[in-house]
Amino acid sequence: MAVHETREHDVLIIGSGGAGLRAATSASAAGVSVGLVTKCLLGKAHTVMAEGGIAAALGNVDERDGWKTHFADTMRGGQYLNNWRMAELHAKEAPDRVRELEAWGALFDRTKDGRILQRNFGGHAYPRLAHVGDRTGLEMLRALQDSGVHLGVDIYMEYTVIELLKDGDRVIGALSYDREKGAFTVFHAKAVIIATGGIGKLYKITSNSWDCTGDGPSLAYHAGAELIDMEFVQFHPTGMVWPPSVRGLLVTEGVRGEGGILRNKDGHRFMFDDIPPLYTDQTADSEEEGWRYTQGDKEARRPPELLTRDHVARCIVREIKEGRGSPHGGVFLDISWIKEKLSDAEQHIKRKLPAMYHQFKRLADIDITKEPMEVGPTTHYAMGGVRVDADTQMSVVPGLFAAGECAAGLHGANRLGGNSLSDLLVFGKRAGEFAAQFARDNQAGQVNHDHVEEAVRRTLEPFDDVDEAGGEGPYQIQEDLQAMMQDLVGIVREEEEMERALVGLERLRGRARRVVVSGNRAYNPGWHAAVDLGHLLTIGEAITRAALERRESRGAHSRSDHPDKDPAAASVNIVIKKGFDGTMETRRETIPAMPAELQAIVEEMK
Amino acid sequence: MAQAIFRIWRGDSGGGEFRDYATEVTSGMVVLDVVRQIQAEQAHDLALRWNCKAGKCGSCSAEVNGMPKLMCMSRTSDLPLEKPVTVQPMKAFPLIKDLVTDVSWNYRVKKKIKPFRPRKPDEKDGTWRMAQSDVDRSMEFRKCIECFLCQDVCHVLREHRLLDEFIGPRFLVHIAALEMHPLDTENRLEDLRKEHGIGYCNITKCCTKVCPEDITITDNAIIPLKERVVDVSYDPIRRFLARYRRKASAVGLAS
Repeated sequence: MAVHETREHDVLIIGSGGAGLRAATSASAAGVSVGLVTKCLLGKAHTVMAEGGIAAALGNVDERDGWKTHFADTMRGGQYLNNWRMAELHAKEAPDRVRELEAWGALFDRTKDGRILQRNFGGHAYPRLAHVGDRTGLEMLRALQDSGVHLGVDIYMEYTVIELLKDGDRVIGALSYDREKGAFTVFHAKAVIIATGGIGKLYKITSNSWDCTGDGPSLAYHAGAELIDMEFVQFHPTGMVWPPSVRGLLVTEGVRGEGGILRNKDGHRFMFDDIPPLYTDQTADSEEEGWRYTQGDKEARRPPELLTRDHVARCIVREIKEGRGSPHGGVFLDISWIKEKLSDAEQHIKRKLPAMYHQFKRLADIDITKEPMEVGPTTHYAMGGVRVDADTQMSVVPGLFAAGECAAGLHGANRLGGNSLSDLLVFGKRAGEFAAQFARDNQAGQVNHDHVEEAVRRTLEPFDDVDEAGGEGPYQIQEDLQAMMQDLVGIVREEEEMERALVGLERLRGRARRVVVSGNRAYNPGWHAAVDLGHLLTIGEAITRAALERRESRGAHSRSDHPDKDPAAASVNIVIKKGFDGTMETRRETIPAMPAELQAIVEEMK
Repeated sequence: MAQAIFRIWRGDSGGGEFRDYATEVTSGMVVLDVVRQIQAEQAHDLALRWNCKAGKCGSCSAEVNGMPKLMCMSRTSDLPLEKPVTVQPMKAFPLIKDLVTDVSWNYRVKKKIKPFRPRKPDEKDGTWRMAQSDVDRSMEFRKCIECFLCQDVCHVLREHRLLDEFIGPRFLVHIAALEMHPLDTENRLEDLRKEHGIGYCNITKCCTKVCPEDITITDNAIIPLKERVVDVSYDPIRRFLARYRRKASAVGLAS
């Protein structure tokens, strides 16, 4: 029998990114005892990768901006599948959440009169993103971290949560092990907040960190929570594809904004081949007109490279699938061609795109002023996740809360840039407050020690005798899963492929059950990867089932067998829940109608 | 494509050894790719830390051929692959296992530093006004990704093990960021001199050389802090008199 320690907290937070730290701040301000567990070291969470900014209608740059416009933009971007109450709260509260960051030491770029500067971003009607250069996520995370360590929150670094513990219907803690020693700890808590971030590592090509393995939604699902919108995975059209070390790393949309064009291996500029009817009037007729647009000619229309992200990603995939891709499985993004137009093109590129110039120079030996880049779509963000109550962030399981990327609702079918950082702040704060409230209103539950021992035993299974199982290590299984999800449940989906993916997932689950790891429990990444596998498989199945169920193309979800929108699915969420027999159940649920005042805002801004 | 030998430290606090791993290195790979490939194919339990693999999180710090580096930013094409490439953990911190060290000391140190304390808001709505030029002064220091490579290479910590007396370059950069924050009102100069041991730094600039974010640690952070400490700690008139007396006696000796 494995011995385990027990730690008591009123509120337990899982995850140390923006949402987790913001939740810790408000929970501890409410005067309860807070524990925060993280798989990583403090300050390393994927939030540090966010570049663009935090969307908040401060109105510092354009005073016409306000919460109503932000709300309408968010709803339009999400194709009205968003949880409208979350979108409302988000738009109303984001400005205060940004301003208070400044009180905790964050520094943003300034307007001429000394206020927080805001920049333009796709889908936002006005300059709305508070930012600091291209490292806004780091600034935000560091401010939360540095003020957070003085709040008396107990931080458990490099602890992995294996399972949520329940007493009856209610979540009352979590079982975890620390990576350093591999020893088990029960966190006994009155309320648990999941703030584990994304799921990008389910795919072969992703902009996400290793730790984005979908732990939170998976833990919540197995504890009885519902997941929604899982079919909506955002693929950014341009990530690096070569060299392998940087596959998936983002290539900013700014490259195309400065005149960069997409070509296939035959040198053909394929984006002109397929312009959606809705956009024909707004898109350039000729390469010449497209070029003039990028140079600020207000009479010219935009080049097709600057169509919406989902469309550009689909066109790139088509070229690759039909054999016209670049040597490393992407297409060519060329900015160097502008030397035909500009005499000082080299200096111009270095001045306008310094980070991109250095990124390619340093990591790919490519001088983007002289040769094209190879790019392809990269898995970027999960709109789906744990279904929560808009105001409190509590899931359908009492005592279990979720905030940030692992929660769902705010973004609907597609997230706008900048809305993720504000999401973390607004709903991290709410989750912390309401979890603290819940902890005050409820007694601690009873830990079922038999259940704990069983979970410990299951977690240690990979160490069992290698010979009788005939199993394999975890890394190959994870790689095969990533390749399969990329191929079969990627950017463009169809029923037959996704059915194959379900069969493949079952087979991979069989392999995962027989997984073996060598060595002992002390800091053993093989074992950690084996534990992650379970979460990835759960999330992979949830995405696949939800994507099968949505027989239309909408937002980030594209079906080649159902290329159009289905009006009947326009206000339907796909809900996923674990059935009594342990199988995954899918159901459709109609989104409640918006209250008249919100509906009026949407209509007015259409 | 080339065959290469990676000589990786394997072991824990009880001891260990370098072990050689032969592996294929393909074009464009960074050291982190090679180490992860070895982990996936030959040594499943090889311990290492990494998160973003894009030089932004500062997790994969190690010593590659003796140089403190981020493994994700060390390109194999910059290394002589005809010889074994050594990869070992940061030396300044206690070893946990293989390439993973116990960096918790850094987190304890940061907690001892007086936190940000802003002046009263400038406006009734609780906001402040700051000029971009004032904000820019602390920006360089705020780029820090806390990889702790500067701590690793600092001889005060690495060789002299003065971890109880000196906070190291990372946290001098942190204090510089706070001290140059336009809103901060806290005074950390006394702490710098006494508890944080700024005097131990003798400006060898090793930290600046290894910073993956190109922060000019010594010149822009540490030296200005040293100057501030000196300004408040020593009375200038007495210092002038002392120097005058020294000069006078030197003249006396010469004559």
